[in-house]
Amino acid sequence: MAASQQQQPRSTGGLLENGSEGKRTEPRTNEKKCSWASYMTNSPTVIVMIGLPARGKTYMSKKLTRYLNWIGVPTKVFNLGVYRREMVQSYKSYDFFRHDNQEAMQIRKQCALVALQDVKSYLNEEGGQIAVFDATNTTRERREMIRHFAQEHEYKVFFVESICDDPEVIATNILDVKVSSPDYPERDRESVMEDFLKRIECYKVTYQPLDPDEHDKQLSFIQVINVGRRFLVNRVQDYIQSKIVYYLMNIHVHSHSIYLCRHGESHHNVEGRIGGDAQLSDRGKQFATALKEFVEEHRLSDLKVWTSQLRRTIQTAEELGVPYEQWKILNEIDAGVCEEMTYHMIEEKYPEEFALRDQDKYHYRYPGGESYQDLVQRLEPVIMELERQGNVLVICHQAVMRCLLAYFLDKSADDLPYLKCPLHTVLKLTPVAYGCKVDMFDLKVEAVNTHRDRPLQGRVSAEGSQTLFLRRNSFTPLSSQDQLVKRPRLYSAGNPPKSRWPPQAPSLPSMELPEGPESNSQESLNHSSPEEPGNGVDS
Amino acid sequence: MMETFPCELTQNPLRKIWMPCKKNGLPEKHISQRRVCMTNCPTLIVTVGLPARGKTYISKKLTRYLNWIGVPTKEFNVGQYRRECLKIYKSFEFFQPDNEEGLKVRRQCALAALKDVRQYLLLDGGQVAVFDATNTTRERRGTITKFAEQNGFKVFFVESVCEDQDVIAENIVQVKLDSPDYIDCNTEEAIADFMKRIKCYESAYQPLDEILDRNLSYIKIMDVGRRYLVNRVLDHIQSRIVYYLMNSHISPRSIYLCRHGESDLNITGRIGGDAGLTARGKEFAKCLLKFIHDQDINDLKVWTSQMKRTIQTAEALGVPYEQWKALNEIDAGVCEEMMYEEIQEHYPLEFALRDQDKYRYRYPKGESYEDLVQRLEPVIMELERQGNVLVICHQAVMRCLLAYFLDKSADELPYLECPLHTVLKLTPVAYGCKVEPVCLSVEAVNTQRDRPENVDVQRTTEDALHTMPAHF
Repeated sequence: MAASQQQQPRSTGGLLENGSEGKRTEPRTNEKKCSWASYMTNSPTVIVMIGLPARGKTYMSKKLTRYLNWIGVPTKVFNLGVYRREMVQSYKSYDFFRHDNQEAMQIRKQCALVALQDVKSYLNEEGGQIAVFDATNTTRERREMIRHFAQEHEYKVFFVESICDDPEVIATNILDVKVSSPDYPERDRESVMEDFLKRIECYKVTYQPLDPDEHDKQLSFIQVINVGRRFLVNRVQDYIQSKIVYYLMNIHVHSHSIYLCRHGESHHNVEGRIGGDAQLSDRGKQFATALKEFVEEHRLSDLKVWTSQLRRTIQTAEELGVPYEQWKILNEIDAGVCEEMTYHMIEEKYPEEFALRDQDKYHYRYPGGESYQDLVQRLEPVIMELERQGNVLVICHQAVMRCLLAYFLDKSADDLPYLKCPLHTVLKLTPVAYGCKVDMFDLKVEAVNTHRDRPLQGRVSAEGSQTLFLRRNSFTPLSSQDQLVKRPRLYSAGNPPKSRWPPQAPSLPSMELPEGPESNSQESLNHSSPEEPGNGVDS
Repeated sequence: MMETFPCELTQNPLRKIWMPCKKNGLPEKHISQRRVCMTNCPTLIVTVGLPARGKTYISKKLTRYLNWIGVPTKEFNVGQYRRECLKIYKSFEFFQPDNEEGLKVRRQCALAALKDVRQYLLLDGGQVAVFDATNTTRERRGTITKFAEQNGFKVFFVESVCEDQDVIAENIVQVKLDSPDYIDCNTEEAIADFMKRIKCYESAYQPLDEILDRNLSYIKIMDVGRRYLVNRVLDHIQSRIVYYLMNSHISPRSIYLCRHGESDLNITGRIGGDAGLTARGKEFAKCLLKFIHDQDINDLKVWTSQMKRTIQTAEALGVPYEQWKALNEIDAGVCEEMMYEEIQEHYPLEFALRDQDKYRYRYPKGESYEDLVQRLEPVIMELERQGNVLVICHQAVMRCLLAYFLDKSADELPYLECPLHTVLKLTPVAYGCKVEPVCLSVEAVNTQRDRPENVDVQRTTEDALHTMPAHF
């Protein structure tokens, strides 16, 4: 073994000396709360988009970023267009993009440099792991500059080039997202189309696509050709690049809708019990019937129906009278020793656990059970398959539905466990432009409310945390590289809350969240979920 | 307004899967039991490439992986058919493009193989067939595509393109010299003949073309995985195949599998739980450290589960390690921390069912080996990507991983021997995997419970516990 790996062993001290009594609440000194996917990535990576305008670069950037954040890898998009719009207050016409427009070229280069500085901040100081540099990057010169920059700072570089020669796809693209761009406030379709096409021509003059055979054969990249009909993948270096490639190869742009709902109300729901494998109550059965009508009304062609392997979802699906597929990984979060208890019982029997959960619901793992973070990892194949599929109806459970919803609506780990997913309500998610449209359908069958809001008293500050215990096995993966590279780790980007909880190991760098990184959806058309609570409890 | 709710469910007692029952209360064979999303129509994977480009290696590996994740797959190697037909291989001249007799035989063999493919996919319950041959001409590929269309199979081509002479030479040394074709030749003769054989194919080789073959579904693997071209992936299974192929490599390395040191629950004959190591277990951890040192492994990664006993074992090594929740031991649900005697006492039916079909049997509120395999798939995928790795895990988990590397069936898997305090060193070699067991002589209890003879639900306690290992 390399001598360098002989460094400080993880000092989990007293934890390991305990016998088999199953004591569950020893303090762990070297806890880190990063997700599995996050720590499997060692050096920061810059993903560099390449392609003419209207080739789906921003679409891929945002989608990829959403996916990476969801699996726990802090990722952020740096869109050059945004920087340009800040510098040049109003866009006049495609003339700005002519390659012989010296003044404009200067400005554009300047923007790139500023953006790269922000990338550096994000990756070095703000705990980011992946930066997506979203711009045309169509010349070798520009790409060289970025590579130099990355080399200087010891970042890996992975290029994603989108090549498309299908005029229909390009036209649709322009109509879908460019017409409503801040560059075209008048939004007159025809003139937008005309100007934008001329803009593309400006780039074509100097476009140097990646050359896998000669010039660029040492680079790591994927070329996405004609919206995923074909891919060329070169020199994938590591785990995260492999996942990025897999993800890009599974997404498509065909229109489709995903319907999420929970099983009908169950007997346990009525009693206020969590978990278990109960049957539907009478009202739950009514919901199943209403769901059948809903499916018929919406005349969904070729609809796939997925359930978990718990009775209540299967019973619900059975009523639809169509084939459905059971996924064990769609089962509700495992509440371990708390299975089938009411919250009241849990509070009485396990007060410490109860308190812990309220403090960090996303990372909290039930004794002998799971956490939301575990759920996300478990659900990843579901997400991947949802990306591949057409119309799907997923009949699942509260925690599961929250995780899936958070993926589609780009919600942070902080918000995820408090998303509202009431019984007897169907959410229809339709990808639109750069985001996801949500339509909520209340099927008007009464049910109990199973939602527990975020507790009002807020969070314990970091200093007061010494006395708190973390669950043993509450997940502290350490990458072999971690001990060599001292970097603060984040477990999720997005909209960071003001203060963070986890107790800190004295020897580790602070895990305080950075001030500053805004959410990824600065200019996205992300429609917010109808669940945004207006009742004063921040969620 | 409430009609009788049709969806009374019954739970399959072995797999704990809920399904609807017919009016007489018997379970209905329901489409919901179909494996999730895999593929609806059978798939024919067709390799393409000059000799010594790793086609058979890829075929066998892919077949092994697909079977392991539960997709019935079989490879059909046309070379085998040719050897059946010809009995004796004389020389490369058989493969010369103008050898009429040779061409006829080779075509016949291909057709015979396709016939067996049809049998496998349509009648024998197969889902994927891997047609392993050079398939270097567009004409041959056209024949196959037509055949597939006629039978309702999807086709996915896997082409391996390589010009690296070193790789080709190594290939020949590793797998061609031992081929039945060269049983009577010395090394030099074999290599010379084989190189001439490759030449025979080269002139007629029509690689998959970006334009001409743009409507086919395929992956072109270039330079042993440095680069890939992927065209028109049609469905889930093809997507998984592509992902798998892109993560595999052939750089030499070894994978070390072992269990945690003996634990407190082990010695009392209890399953599951989250116990710490016994004194002997700690001793093993120390021996493991010494073993690793002696092996002098380059850049070894160490992985554990998130259970105390594997973590304690890894701690003794004094090196960074990574915890995977996916490596946790099989969840025995209501039987957690029980002794076999207790399971027999409280759940004799469950105990018998488990012996009847240990792979598919799911503990009440727990998991089955089949569930375990699904959970472990990302581990396997990452093991494929990695170099030298030591995986410290658990009995059932280790069995699953071992079954993947050694291509063991679902029937054999749950009974593979993975004793405590023994390290298995796995080294990929030729088309398979070399196993070197190393017993780190620290005593431990035996936790292997073989399948008893009597698996009937009415059996006596004595019969049930017949093969139970001793404990304190």
